[in-house]
Amino acid sequence: MDLDVHPTDLAAVAAGGVLGALARFGIATAWPHDPGGFPWSTWVINVSGCLLIGVLNTRIQGRIPRLLLGTGFLGGYTTFSTAIAEVSQAGLVYLAATLIGAVLAVAAGSALAR
Amino acid sequence: MTVLLVALGAAVGAPLRFLTDRIMQARFGAAFPWGTLAVNVTGSFVLGLVLGLPLAPGVVALLGTGFCGALTTYSTFSWEILTLSRRREILAATGYALLSITAGMGAAMIGGALGHMLS
Repeated sequence: MDLDVHPTDLAAVAAGGVLGALARFGIATAWPHDPGGFPWSTWVINVSGCLLIGVLNTRIQGRIPRLLLGTGFLGGYTTFSTAIAEVSQAGLVYLAATLIGAVLAVAAGSALAR
Repeated sequence: MTVLLVALGAAVGAPLRFLTDRIMQARFGAAFPWGTLAVNVTGSFVLGLVLGLPLAPGVVALLGTGFCGALTTYSTFSWEILTLSRRREILAATGYALLSITAGMGAAMIGGALGHMLS
């Protein structure tokens, strides 16, 4: 299987991913939520990241900018695993609010960028 | 120190997501986002396991916040739902969203139960 993965591509994804994860960590640390409360920080991170990827993937065509900012930064910034783990505490309203917010945000971001 | 552990985990998690996506596309094509589904479900399992085990906060930052956070993605997930919808593949878009969420929840529960069992 020839994947044809360039080291530059991997480096761009890794660098963006680190910055995105640090941004998420910074927001989550500055804005903690009560146990059992609505995880607003994760919700805002995921929905804002979805809005931004809608803009980015519609507007930006270059391979490296998309890998650095989209796959890397926004991929590291948004999180599926935490959103799923938090459902056991915050409930199905949070699960639905994240999915609906994400889909509306990505559609809005893409529409804005057109 | 915690910041470095988050960064280190993300430096592995994000490229691993990228490589998984490439491998899944090479094997199964690009019609359905199998790569994102695989990393999101796997990451949910690993995070469930990490949260179920009595681990030090630094290890949770490395594996949970850093690695699982960067391995999984909500932004690409939602973009793929939009892309499938725009191709009028409403069944695939709905199926992808529901499969990701239910499989992710199941994987997180199994991971958590396994973590509690091992600790």
